[in-house]
Amino acid sequence: MFPIVSKRPLNAAGTVIEYVLKAPLVAKKCLPGQFVILRLDEYGERVPLTIADYDREAGTVTIMVQPVGQTTRMLEKMEVGDALADVVGPMGKATKIGGQKRVCVVGGGVGCAISYPVAKGFFEAGIEVDMVAGFRSKDIVILEDEMRAHTTNLYICTDDGSYGEKCFGNAKLEQLIKSGREYDEVFIVGPLKMMKFTALTTKPYGIKTICSLCPIMIDASGMCGGCRVTVGGETKFACVDGPEFDGHTVDWDELIARNSFYAGEEAKQMEHICRITGGVRHG
Amino acid sequence: MAKANMSPTKNPMPEQEPLVRNKNFEEVALGYTPEMAMDEATRCLQCKKPLCVSGCPVNVRIPEFIAKVAAGEFEEAYQIVTSTNSLPAVCGRVCPQENQCEGKCIRGVKAESVGIGRLERFVADWHAAHAGEDAVVEKPQPNGHKVAVVGSGPAGLTCAGDLARMGYDVTVYELFHKAGGVLVYGIPEFRLPKAIVAREVAGLEKLGVKVVTDAVIGQAISVDELLKEEGFDAVFLGSGAGLPRFLGIPGESLLGVYSANEFLTRINLMKAYRDDYDTPIKHHKRVAVVGAGNVAMDAARCAKRLGAEKVYIVYRRGMEEVPARKEEVHHAMEEEVEFQLLTNPVEVLGDEGGHVIGIKCIKMELGEPDEKGRRRPKAIPGSEFVLPVDAMIDALGTSPNPLLRMTTEGLEANAHGCLIADENGKTTREGVYAGGDAVTGAATVILAMGAGKKAAAAIDEYIKAKA
Repeated sequence: MFPIVSKRPLNAAGTVIEYVLKAPLVAKKCLPGQFVILRLDEYGERVPLTIADYDREAGTVTIMVQPVGQTTRMLEKMEVGDALADVVGPMGKATKIGGQKRVCVVGGGVGCAISYPVAKGFFEAGIEVDMVAGFRSKDIVILEDEMRAHTTNLYICTDDGSYGEKCFGNAKLEQLIKSGREYDEVFIVGPLKMMKFTALTTKPYGIKTICSLCPIMIDASGMCGGCRVTVGGETKFACVDGPEFDGHTVDWDELIARNSFYAGEEAKQMEHICRITGGVRHG
Repeated sequence: MAKANMSPTKNPMPEQEPLVRNKNFEEVALGYTPEMAMDEATRCLQCKKPLCVSGCPVNVRIPEFIAKVAAGEFEEAYQIVTSTNSLPAVCGRVCPQENQCEGKCIRGVKAESVGIGRLERFVADWHAAHAGEDAVVEKPQPNGHKVAVVGSGPAGLTCAGDLARMGYDVTVYELFHKAGGVLVYGIPEFRLPKAIVAREVAGLEKLGVKVVTDAVIGQAISVDELLKEEGFDAVFLGSGAGLPRFLGIPGESLLGVYSANEFLTRINLMKAYRDDYDTPIKHHKRVAVVGAGNVAMDAARCAKRLGAEKVYIVYRRGMEEVPARKEEVHHAMEEEVEFQLLTNPVEVLGDEGGHVIGIKCIKMELGEPDEKGRRRPKAIPGSEFVLPVDAMIDALGTSPNPLLRMTTEGLEANAHGCLIADENGKTTREGVYAGGDAVTGAATVILAMGAGKKAAAAIDEYIKAKA
């Protein structure tokens, strides 16, 4: 079992929750960009989540979760002292850090939870990091202090202008590029549509653009093939070949369709969520 | 012993009715009663030179155990079987006996062979039902050496069991949350109940084998670290052949195209067919399974059980070339799985939303034999037709997972990604042994077990020589 060591909301609205989990085998080796598979209990599904932070000595890993699906909504009901049935990893390839002089990391909403450890990884390697963090509104902003501490420049923008600049993340990125900032690489994490459009922004400038994908997967070891994505016309498995790919050659529309394949089933399952009391299931 | 029973046919296996069982996931074959088993056992001629034993990859002492069954001494029979086979309840159910022990049985020349697999299953089930969980397991004397086993499928479990019996301190590492490998994620409940796999694993744990689930060797711990930091004297890699193949035709990213691995893992490991488990699965109406091996039969029969009206096996060769066990083909047909033979998919067709609506196929004919002696299929020009289905499951075989060879220095693989190992499982890296599908590519449970067994003996020799 993998106990929850701490739990806290990351913003005023409570839309994103941070969990620190005891998982020594994962904490020993994990690097920015990698993910874990977790399973809540015997009845749970296997769900991939990016590792947001880790403490090798304490043997813990941090995940940041937006409770939207069945598993994440049930996880929301679990507290410090409860334990997850499984936390396995590190899965996937780590972010390629090194060789870049300046990068821009773009995070969209809860995607900032995934782009933050990457930004931190670049920054700690001595690379200049501009970070564009886009949110819908002020009440859902997360990790501002952490991002500020681990980037050269942090640009927060909101769709409604309630905090930071009123613009979309990709507009801010384009503004930075046009202002003469030269990036060796742009790294994007967020909802699929946001990544698709942000990658389009950098394309005319020919800037290397990496996106972190999170398709549907089961084993995360290359076995099920459910996470296959088309990149540059080739079939890749996001779990072992990724999760980071060239954002300019990912077939976004195919991925968007594939990721919504089980939406109907999930909606049905959600109706049954009343089965659950306090995160403990009475099967 | 009494005079041999010269009945030309095996005692039939009691089974669930086909049109009942194709709607549930309960075990299809119900097993012999003691009377049936004793009667079947008297069909064995007790050959002086038993060919059946040579046909068994783990050399089960077949005539000896069958003689005990005939005498009604079932526990004694079990002890004989388990002296060389650590997973008899599994083998009795899933081995391709017609190509192995039963294929060599002298009774099979003129009539049906002795039902060796059915007897093996009977003996294992009888033991489980009667010896119970309190059965005392004598733990072997520890010899002070540690061996790590990577992967808890048939190869790994066999290797672990043999080494533990020799006194080794064995730790099995498994990536999934349950031990058993293909026995839990691949083979369905109706063919191999998961409680049986759990029982076999528990048996190994009683012997002192430690099973660590949720451990990704190659990522969390490297093979080098197992040898240098974790204090293991040797490592056995039984990591299987997990990487699924796709046809590589247009439309394979459409919604409703699966690898058999994904489809079966959802059902078997994640229990998506049960309402009380969260993992989702689609209940497709018309399903085509491409391929005709055991995995294809399993996928087709699962699709039927999930409520599909039409399930097709689509195979580019003919019935004679079908590689699945005869019994699986027979069971699939009884359950109303339809065979589209000499048929090859060329394109998956989808609707505007990207959902599968059919497969464009072409008819094939068999031409000249290839290097393996199998007649090569070739397309008949102009014979294209559309098979209307809403799902396609690719059961085309699998390749070994590249994770271990990519992260272990000195560990070499061939062009197909199969680890290079000699007949005793010795790899190109000192102290590292391998066996099962990781070496051969997708094969059978019993061949993997045979490889695990040989490797255990080789590891024992290696460690003794080093000490």
